[in-house]
Amino acid sequence: MQAFTQLNGLVAPLDRANVDTDAIIPKQFLKSIKRSGFGVNAFDEWRYLDHGEPGMDNSKRKINPDFVLNQARYQGASVLLTRENFGCGSSREHAPWALEDFGFKVIIASSYADIFYNNCFKNGMLPIVLNATAVDNLFNQVEASVGYKLNVDLAAQTVTTPNGEVYAFEVDAVRKHNLLHGLDDIGLTMQLQDKIKVFEQKHQAAQPWLFN
Amino acid sequence: MAKTLYDKLFDSHVVAEENGTALIYIDRHLVHEVTSPQAFEGLRLAGRKPWRVSSIVATADHNTPTNGWDKGLAGIADPVSRLQIETLTDNIKEFGAKAYFPFMDKNQGIVHVVGPEQGATLPGMTVVCGDSHTSTHGAFGALAHGIGTSEVEHVMATQCLVQKRSKTMQVLVEGKLGNGVTAKDVALAIIGKTGTAGGNGYAIEFAGSAIRGLSMEGRMTLCNMAIEAGARAGIIAVDDKTIDYIKGRPFAPKAEQWDAAVAYWRTLVSDIDATFDTVVTLKAEDIQPQVTWGTSPEMVVNIDGKVPSLDQAKNEVQRADWERAYAYMGLTANTPINQISIDKVFIGSCTNSRIEDLRAAAAVAKGKHIAPNVKLALVVPGSGLVKAQAELEGLDKIFIAAGFEWRDPGCSMCLAMNADKLLPGERCASTSNRNFEGRQGQGGRTHLVSPEMAAAAAVAGHFVDVRTFN
Ligand code: SF4
Repeated sequence: MQAFTQLNGLVAPLDRANVDTDAIIPKQFLKSIKRSGFGVNAFDEWRYLDHGEPGMDNSKRKINPDFVLNQARYQGASVLLTRENFGCGSSREHAPWALEDFGFKVIIASSYADIFYNNCFKNGMLPIVLNATAVDNLFNQVEASVGYKLNVDLAAQTVTTPNGEVYAFEVDAVRKHNLLHGLDDIGLTMQLQDKIKVFEQKHQAAQPWLFN
Repeated sequence: MAKTLYDKLFDSHVVAEENGTALIYIDRHLVHEVTSPQAFEGLRLAGRKPWRVSSIVATADHNTPTNGWDKGLAGIADPVSRLQIETLTDNIKEFGAKAYFPFMDKNQGIVHVVGPEQGATLPGMTVVCGDSHTSTHGAFGALAHGIGTSEVEHVMATQCLVQKRSKTMQVLVEGKLGNGVTAKDVALAIIGKTGTAGGNGYAIEFAGSAIRGLSMEGRMTLCNMAIEAGARAGIIAVDDKTIDYIKGRPFAPKAEQWDAAVAYWRTLVSDIDATFDTVVTLKAEDIQPQVTWGTSPEMVVNIDGKVPSLDQAKNEVQRADWERAYAYMGLTANTPINQISIDKVFIGSCTNSRIEDLRAAAAVAKGKHIAPNVKLALVVPGSGLVKAQAELEGLDKIFIAAGFEWRDPGCSMCLAMNADKLLPGERCASTSNRNFEGRQGQGGRTHLVSPEMAAAAAVAGHFVDVRTFN
């Protein structure tokens, strides 16, 4: 997994609450057996005016000019600012894959759905929780100034605005460590394989029917 | 110390724990075609093998067509869908599984219907699947939750999952549900109360006399929808109904193992003095048949209610959400729900496609016919076994005589990955679990209801109160 340490990135505001993973990447794209290439179809139903299907040439499709991520000023954004309960619904990891492939490394919202939040860390992305007032404040700032960037520092657990305001955020210590060092979860767990084996033997002795 | 059922299940699977993050052992891994290919590919690239093949039960459900089975795989018109289904078959062949129910197998079906009916879901288990509705299996006193594809790979490789403890929420429903009020209505009423984010960070235990009164099918419907309340897991304590349901199923323990298992399963209840981080209570008598009006399961009202108006919204964010929902759903505030007419009906999905659901819908449809304005009314059984049982009982004939289409099992129009979809602007009474924008087809408008309410809407052509409908 790719490490994440620090980023000074252009911010795109998606001013909606309860954005679900069906919206982030519609189901027809879940038919892919690959892990990459979902970025062009991120937010497909909002981003394009026609109906998207896998295998289409997206450069020929009609863009929805009203959708915020299509606006020129937000091209190249790597920080997504959004509202509460982001990523609710389906557990599809294609959602963080699509966001990452689109170019986002950091998401800022006042809350996330659990599975989505967890999936982000598995893909080298940092979902940051700030309180609703801070999020409101950032929305006002980003909409007011073109080229608005935020500085995100995972080690320090801070988000810093261009005029120097600092927002601290919480992140679980283990997740932070793994993300900072780009550690692969499976490799880490494999270091505990003796413990897993010992547990498994005890578990099997107590509930043999689980191992039929 | 007194423990909740969640704590008992979690504690009994901890392999290692540090700073609140635990490595928990996984007993059952359910696999389907959509969220597994990248995980198998990951194993292949790393040269890893599944830790314990006997934990894996797989089936194809999301992409499978619900008609044209006589043509076999060739009947899957979309080559991308076909490839995904074939890839699952190839992966299972290469890596192995305890059981695999491929496309068109007589046991094939929606993964959350198949697990319990095979006895592959047992009390006390940890159950995972790359699918958020894995919460369904909590109905058996199992700790069950959806995981992402990276975690699917992690569980395959290590038989473990890295997990933090959830907070615990008890949803207590006391009393007796009225006639025509189902587990689906209970689920929607709870979500209406807590909101779709209300359960974030929690494992929900459903308890109280109304929950004990539900059948196992009803309990599965309820736990299935826990994820729509934001909770990764929903659980219900083990009782006689749980044990009776499991007895004799193909993968259930047998002989002396059965007695030992039952003795252990009986302990899978929250201790009497256990405390929860949050308790939500509902009175069963207050719950009416529910219909969602908007684009989130929390946008729900009683059948005799109206589409809410903006002044009822609790804040600015909700007001904006509702305005978008009116526009998407083509509805205006204060429209009475029973005046909303529909174009299509979908009876199916892992929420409501079990035999009891089909019986309930058939009882409403019996001797009647779908309304002229209803273009399509689909009944999609949850599995091949459900389908066979329904046909044994003659339910298929009742549906067909009433103008419904009787299809082969799968997820179907719950998420419309196969050919069953809504067209833009079409309005559907659906027994599924998500009414998100585009969920049943781009531009499609979904109203979530119980099977009885869906069948009644099909006949009336608009939503009606099933309690006074005949
Ligand atoms: S029926 Fe619907 S919700 Fe259930 S597993 Fe299939 S797609 Fe997911």
